[in-house]
Amino acid sequence: MAMIDLTRGLRSHPVRPPASGIARRRSFWERIHLDPWLLGMLLLLMLAGLVVLYSASGQHLQVPIAQGVRFGVALTVMLVLAQFTPATFQRWAFPAYLAGVLMLVAVELIGDMGMGAQRWLVIPGVIRFQPSELMKLAMPMMVASYLCRRELPPRVRDLAVCGLLIGLPVVLIAKQPDLGTSLLVATAGVFVVLLAGLTWRFIAILALLATAALPLLWMNLHNYQRQRVLTFLDPNSDPLGSGWNIIQSTTAIGSGGLLGKGWLQGTQSQLEFLPERHTDFIVAVLGEEFGLVGMLAFLMLYLVIVMRGIVMAGGAQNTFGRLLAGSIILTFFIYVFVNVGMVSGILPVVGVPLPLVSFGGTSSVTLMAGFGILMAIHTHRRLLPR
Amino acid sequence: MREPPDKLKSPEQELRIFRVRSLVAALVVVALTGLLMGRLVYLQVVQHEVYSTRSENNRVRVEPLPPTRGLIYDRNGVLLAENRPTYNLTLVRERADDFAATLDLLEALLALSGDEAKAFRARASQPQRPFEPALLMSDLNEQQIARLAINRHRLPGVEVEAQLLRYYPDAPMLVHALGYVGRINTDELKSLDAGRYAGTHFIGKTGVERFYEDALHGQSGLRQVETNARGRVLSELGRTNPVPGKDITLTLDKELQSLAFDLLDGRRGAIVAMAPATGEILALVSVPGYDSNQFVTGIDIGSYRALQQDLDLPLFNRAIRGQYPPGSTIKPFLAMAGLAEGAITPEKTINDPGYFQLPNDSRRYRNWLRWGHGRVDLERSLAVSNNTYYYTLAHELGIDRLHERMRDFGFGKRVGHDIFGESNALMPSREWKRDRFGQPWYPGETLSVGIGQGYWQVTPLQLATATSVLANRGEWVKPRIARRIGEEDVPVDLPDTPPDLELANEAWWDRVFAGMEKVISGSEGTARRTGVGLEYRMGGKSGTAQVFSLGQDQRYDADELAERLRDHALFIAFAPLDDPQIAVSVIVENAGGGSTHAAHLARAMTDAWLLDEDEQPDVEEVRETLESNDGSVAGN
Repeated sequence: MAMIDLTRGLRSHPVRPPASGIARRRSFWERIHLDPWLLGMLLLLMLAGLVVLYSASGQHLQVPIAQGVRFGVALTVMLVLAQFTPATFQRWAFPAYLAGVLMLVAVELIGDMGMGAQRWLVIPGVIRFQPSELMKLAMPMMVASYLCRRELPPRVRDLAVCGLLIGLPVVLIAKQPDLGTSLLVATAGVFVVLLAGLTWRFIAILALLATAALPLLWMNLHNYQRQRVLTFLDPNSDPLGSGWNIIQSTTAIGSGGLLGKGWLQGTQSQLEFLPERHTDFIVAVLGEEFGLVGMLAFLMLYLVIVMRGIVMAGGAQNTFGRLLAGSIILTFFIYVFVNVGMVSGILPVVGVPLPLVSFGGTSSVTLMAGFGILMAIHTHRRLLPR
Repeated sequence: MREPPDKLKSPEQELRIFRVRSLVAALVVVALTGLLMGRLVYLQVVQHEVYSTRSENNRVRVEPLPPTRGLIYDRNGVLLAENRPTYNLTLVRERADDFAATLDLLEALLALSGDEAKAFRARASQPQRPFEPALLMSDLNEQQIARLAINRHRLPGVEVEAQLLRYYPDAPMLVHALGYVGRINTDELKSLDAGRYAGTHFIGKTGVERFYEDALHGQSGLRQVETNARGRVLSELGRTNPVPGKDITLTLDKELQSLAFDLLDGRRGAIVAMAPATGEILALVSVPGYDSNQFVTGIDIGSYRALQQDLDLPLFNRAIRGQYPPGSTIKPFLAMAGLAEGAITPEKTINDPGYFQLPNDSRRYRNWLRWGHGRVDLERSLAVSNNTYYYTLAHELGIDRLHERMRDFGFGKRVGHDIFGESNALMPSREWKRDRFGQPWYPGETLSVGIGQGYWQVTPLQLATATSVLANRGEWVKPRIARRIGEEDVPVDLPDTPPDLELANEAWWDRVFAGMEKVISGSEGTARRTGVGLEYRMGGKSGTAQVFSLGQDQRYDADELAERLRDHALFIAFAPLDDPQIAVSVIVENAGGGSTHAAHLARAMTDAWLLDEDEQPDVEEVRETLESNDGSVAGN
């Protein structure tokens, strides 16, 4: 970690333009508004992800190829979003949020069922769209744009407003039911509030309240969701039913050992013991075939990305940019933590993919869109007067 | 949110707060990552032995249990499609101790001939995904199975898999009605429910097998098994049983189907027979057929290419996709249209000089009998198949009304209830011609349509359906092929059945029927030779479809034309006249006139359906009659 200078690009340029008034020549990266370090690490992650995906898909080349195409789309979206100024995102925040909520309501009323859950909005022949994905970005934008106009740290009244802003879409998404996504959306909103300076005392009170509310939440869970929690507490209670995934994934990871069984050689993975091995449970393939070394390498890569993101957030021009950037990068980490945590058996199974490694187009695009916004916030600093 | 920012807002303080918070966040991130790493170290280093053993020695695996496909019976319970057990030999290379030695041993045990051994070696040396069973031999015989079973302990990684394969005992004559199953291809895989089809390798491709795929397939089950390190099943831990597919009883009569196939005797053509009261398809034959069993096991490229390139198009289902000009077979329907529209009455007569001329046009539209039939009324127009009568009628109706009325009979539409891949064929109209050619409709084209030529094309199924509707005195029935699915009868009333046809005067149906009876039993009837010795009353109509168009005043000479340019012979029929039990359409490609080459086949079909056991038609006799007719060029 020490070898990579995470603060590069921050110190070398002063925040204000030089007083001399001589226009400094902007570098290539500045002109296309990308952060080369972050981009390089993301590309590395994608490449490594494709290698694992090939093995996880039962060596069907069309799966990594399809994923590569989606990465192309995602990178394009990132590049486009990076061109906008943070002020633009601030202006978009409310319309995007409103549109997201309206579409979530529409999904509730007319949505299309996919895999037993109602998540898709379909205009036949035109587009199939998951409004909850939009919400993953609209949520932190909305909360940040609200809080950056208030005195910080936020007061109780502001917190109540934020609670409403976060609660409404989260409940709508949880009803679909999509626990994983609603968790991520809620996290994105909550991170903004935390970064804005919620007092520690308040955090403690909220934590207490949340604990007290657990039984209430339990009563509102779907049966399969309860089952997942029970299974998490004791996987062996139902080894052939819902405990199956966890037993098989921990066996796969554990049997990988220090160095792993080698690429394409994982017996658990290749023999199809592992369910959903190319989507949410891809970490098990990684752990089995590349061992602890491979797992640590991936985790370090994620960690470096997150650290770079936090540094970029800290250097943002204004409060809105800081809060939004901070929330985006921390949410990214939550993906990693929840996914690796559930596959290795320390968290209950919720449907959260391993970012940029699990097969899935929508989540890749949303993630890279988030990184596009992050880069926009980072690279447009000097263009704005303080 | 509209209110101005708070006065107390201080960017410096906000930045300070954020810096502290993000530092805390970074620490938490590091801590949580550390937690994950700790967990991984625990799993992969501390507990490695435990999981490694579990992974190597005591595997729990989910195996799909494919359902057995539903059987298909004819209306009398005769089995038309069954499932035959076959045994395949598979080998997982990674589990074999010594790959080369295993192959040698297998070759010895299976007692393979030289060629077989070569193919066996070739399959074994094909690249294979690790741990995936490679298919080394299919369809093992009993001796081979027994030898493998005895030597099983010497053959780690080798499995004998039982698999049920679809088998069609009478494939060539039934294939176009039944369709067939084949291996699931990549496109189909995408649209299938993976859970329902787990372990299933076959799917209905055409025909009944395709249309009733859902019912026939059933639902796959699962079993969870414990296996040893070599992947051999030690015990079953739990299972969800598959739901077997439903058996289907068809409306087809295998005897009648078989007769129709024999009657065509290898000539390109199609026969469709229906029960007019219900729409039940009794026979649906397209010749040539082919052996659909080849498609189940996977046809080799050479044989497939041969089928594809065969000039007789065996893969082509003529009965439902073949598009033929209907020729004079549509005259009864046109007569009904004329009666319904008031363009003719049964008593109205015309004088036929042997041709029809449009006003202000010198072109002569010819009757098939050059010197004409003289005075012709409705019944006689049908009996002698007079063209001039129908030129006059079509001219008076005009293409628009004619088009509408013929669509009411089902022409130009898909008519079947559960027929897969049926063609619309073509009922031309003014709009159609404008869209297709960007040209207006010419009056002369109406005349061509009036005798079933020109752009008009029908399928044998459409013809049989229209004949059924006619025989029912206008009551519509949709052709159907399934009678019973599992335990449930297909309902009598089908959805989307077109409205019944109505006539101002019910007695007019009888007049058209009378005309059709005279075709067979009348002294002038075009098919009077077919009516000899008829034991019941029968209505019919011959038709001859031109493949090769003649210039004005040219004469047709069958001998001079290459076989494939000869006319198609068509015939429609229903019987008995007063209580129709069967309606038939017959098309024999390039056979010549319908009255001489198709009518006998229709009669044989009705005989077979209506007469007792001892009076069944003799296929040989029919063939002889047909041969004696060859070369004779009677009219339509």
